[in-house]
Amino acid sequence: MDRFARLLTDLIYTRARNGKLALLADYLRDVPDPDRGWALAGLTGEIDFPAIKAGIVRALIQERVDPVLFALSRDFVGDTAETVSLMWPAPTGPVRGAPEVSEAVALLASASRGTAKAVLAGLLDRLDEDGRFALLKLATGALRIGVSARLAKTAFAQAFGVALEEVEELWHAIRPPYAELFAWATGAAPKPDISMVPVFRPFMLANPLEDEVIDLKDYAAEWKWDGIRIQIVSAGGATRLFSRGGEDITESFPDVAEAFDHEGVLDGELLVRGTHQGGGAASFNALQQRLGRKTVPGSLLTAYPAFVRLYDILLDGADDLRRLPWSARRARLEGIAQRLDRSAFDISALIEAETFEALAELRAQARETDIEGVMLKRRDSAYEPGRKAGLWFKWKREPLTADCVLMYAQRGSGKRSSLYSDYTFGCWTAPEAEGGVLLPVGKAYSGFSDEELKWLDSFVRKQTTGRFGPVREVEKSLVLEVAFDAVNPSTRHKSGIAMRFPRISRIRRDKPANEADLIETLRRMTAAGAKAGDASKPQPN
Amino acid sequence: MPTGPETPRWIKAEREGLHLPTIGWWIDPSRAVANALVTHGHADHARGGHGEVWATAATRDIIDLRYGKPPGGGDVAYGECIEIGDSITATFLPAGHVLGSAQILLERQGERIIVTGDYKRRPDPTCAPFTPAPCDILITEATFALPIFTHPPIEREIARLRAGRDANPDRTILVGAYALGKAQRVIAELRRSGYHETIWLHGAMTAMCDLYQRHGVALGPLAPVSETPRGDLKGQIVICPPSALNSVWARRLPDPVNAVASGWMRVRQRAVQSNVELPLIISDHCDWNELTATILEVAPQETWITHGREDALLHWCAMRQIRARALDLVGREDEDEAA
Repeated sequence: MDRFARLLTDLIYTRARNGKLALLADYLRDVPDPDRGWALAGLTGEIDFPAIKAGIVRALIQERVDPVLFALSRDFVGDTAETVSLMWPAPTGPVRGAPEVSEAVALLASASRGTAKAVLAGLLDRLDEDGRFALLKLATGALRIGVSARLAKTAFAQAFGVALEEVEELWHAIRPPYAELFAWATGAAPKPDISMVPVFRPFMLANPLEDEVIDLKDYAAEWKWDGIRIQIVSAGGATRLFSRGGEDITESFPDVAEAFDHEGVLDGELLVRGTHQGGGAASFNALQQRLGRKTVPGSLLTAYPAFVRLYDILLDGADDLRRLPWSARRARLEGIAQRLDRSAFDISALIEAETFEALAELRAQARETDIEGVMLKRRDSAYEPGRKAGLWFKWKREPLTADCVLMYAQRGSGKRSSLYSDYTFGCWTAPEAEGGVLLPVGKAYSGFSDEELKWLDSFVRKQTTGRFGPVREVEKSLVLEVAFDAVNPSTRHKSGIAMRFPRISRIRRDKPANEADLIETLRRMTAAGAKAGDASKPQPN
Repeated sequence: MPTGPETPRWIKAEREGLHLPTIGWWIDPSRAVANALVTHGHADHARGGHGEVWATAATRDIIDLRYGKPPGGGDVAYGECIEIGDSITATFLPAGHVLGSAQILLERQGERIIVTGDYKRRPDPTCAPFTPAPCDILITEATFALPIFTHPPIEREIARLRAGRDANPDRTILVGAYALGKAQRVIAELRRSGYHETIWLHGAMTAMCDLYQRHGVALGPLAPVSETPRGDLKGQIVICPPSALNSVWARRLPDPVNAVASGWMRVRQRAVQSNVELPLIISDHCDWNELTATILEVAPQETWITHGREDALLHWCAMRQIRARALDLVGREDEDEAA
């Protein structure tokens, strides 16, 4: 446990991604099985001890220290696990040495509701502060130390010089502590056979189309649907849905999973039925009602029925099609799509356009039909994981822009930790002369050059009017032209709207703040407004 | 709550500091007054503009350096007793906080009140150790008065600092430390651990380090960062005020490892929020165990608690039938904490 505790502490204080990767890789190489496997399970959130609840931790500490002093300390620290690790009294009698991770996992896993307190207390007595912190984080399953599952898997691949795609592919088929995975990665055993297990395969991704002109003889065009990209996998009688990052989201979409009755792996866009996006699909906002749920009430299934618009096929049964050209995969997909349940699956239609110019014309009309843009896929390309140049392009419609006023700034992270690089900006509730005030409409941390960033950082430092923890409020004088893809209604923001993908497109030092846009102008850019045909905004002067 | 003696009429806790109303004198006042007794040189205890300032010679030198020479008053040695009027005397006792820091023992007709100022109970090569003395009223600080605060041995933290340096030969180890006290203690402890290389200083540090050396605190070879090509600072230890850590100034150093020497570093989230890579738990204040042990050792009839987390200490006193009250003084904050 000492080594794992040191790893967590070092990870917490290491900001740079490469630094975190190096720490994780060292740990995975140095520590023997099964400890490293359990640690990896803890880091990727794949470990669960049903008997160990946060309430048990609180009950334990309140039996040992004054509850008032604990409450005051907890308020100050802001984290129960850390507070308990710092306050846990030294045991009075003799105790055994610190447990290894695997011993701790075995004890926690065997605990029942009746024995959970005694098991946890026994372990805490055997550890020092850092060890107690690590144990409590592991036991309660909420590490929150700035390491994503993806980062941990990347570190695994780097540690043993294996391909991340292969790790991703094997990952969902192997249970903690991943003995077969380590055996394969270290060269001690062949690659595990996962053909009968529904596992995630890495996605093929698109690059933005910049100034290239594409020959439609070589590329097929589809609409770019605004949902979430998913992979639907069925093998060995089980079906799973995975998000872009390989997260299993089957629980949130049981309707889709149940309707899928074909062994294989398909790629598509998860959407909700509605009348936007050229008809047939709802806006991204509607889909959000369904995301992130462990259980889905029947009312939501009825109000927001989900379906998948299919893009591609990776495996048909055990037949791996990824090396075939897109055109052959498309033909196979069309055949399969016809046999699937129409209520839950359709195929993303190809756009009929003779020339690139004709396609550009169709794309320009996309805003009226509320479609995000166009996808271009090379007809002869294999299904390549990642973002390989020249194969797939996303050609989004031109962004919308608005002139906003900089209101708050916050320091970035990593390389940008000394710079104020996260900006919250607002628009007017009414013209300033009529008593309007600024309300935040979005937050952006990209779109500017290094030079512009330096200038913005210095502006923030010089114009600070208030500080709220890490946030600086600035003089409301700087106009930023913000580009964004869409405006959605939002109940979480006081302004009632939220921008999608905002980024700073220009610093408008020439423009006085009172000439920035009104919230009402932005609101008219929402989907409903666009339908009504009044999405246009006054041109910047 | 047990009943104790009546609070003496000759001392009053005001928002601006402790007041001796019968003679119009103040202890550590936050506004300019005619007559001030000052425990130590930190900005939340010492300020400019007073008429007479009575303090240790080192504290008066620090005030001179920061705010200019006070027009009146004088130096008071540790153990020395001065009469200040209305039969009140003031004796300065070492507080172990920073160079020149003192507790002030006030006596009048057999009543004894100790104002600790800030203090610690650990040995510190840069200042005289805290001397406990009996009293009727102990007026104590409470900066780290939560049971989560137990400071580790400084040797462990210095070893971590040196290990951090050894592990990063291509990066500057940038240690944020208060310019008065913490910086010199870190330097002196590094020397005690056998580190004899030049330690580099931010411009805001040099004058105070010179002052310490004039008062006989050996700090070894020091040099200002400004006189060095930045490339030479790879693998070197640089000391700066905490506020300079994420500044434009720090950006010029070779890929600095941000370290902070502070008792607050005990709490991970605090350290992470301030963008610290190498947190060093080094404090010039008592930790929880030292605060409570001091109250038990001095065993006053009544304890007054000034700046800090007084809720927890009040509760602790109440659970032990110890008479205690919290004072509401303004402007008491760890120096540089806001930055």
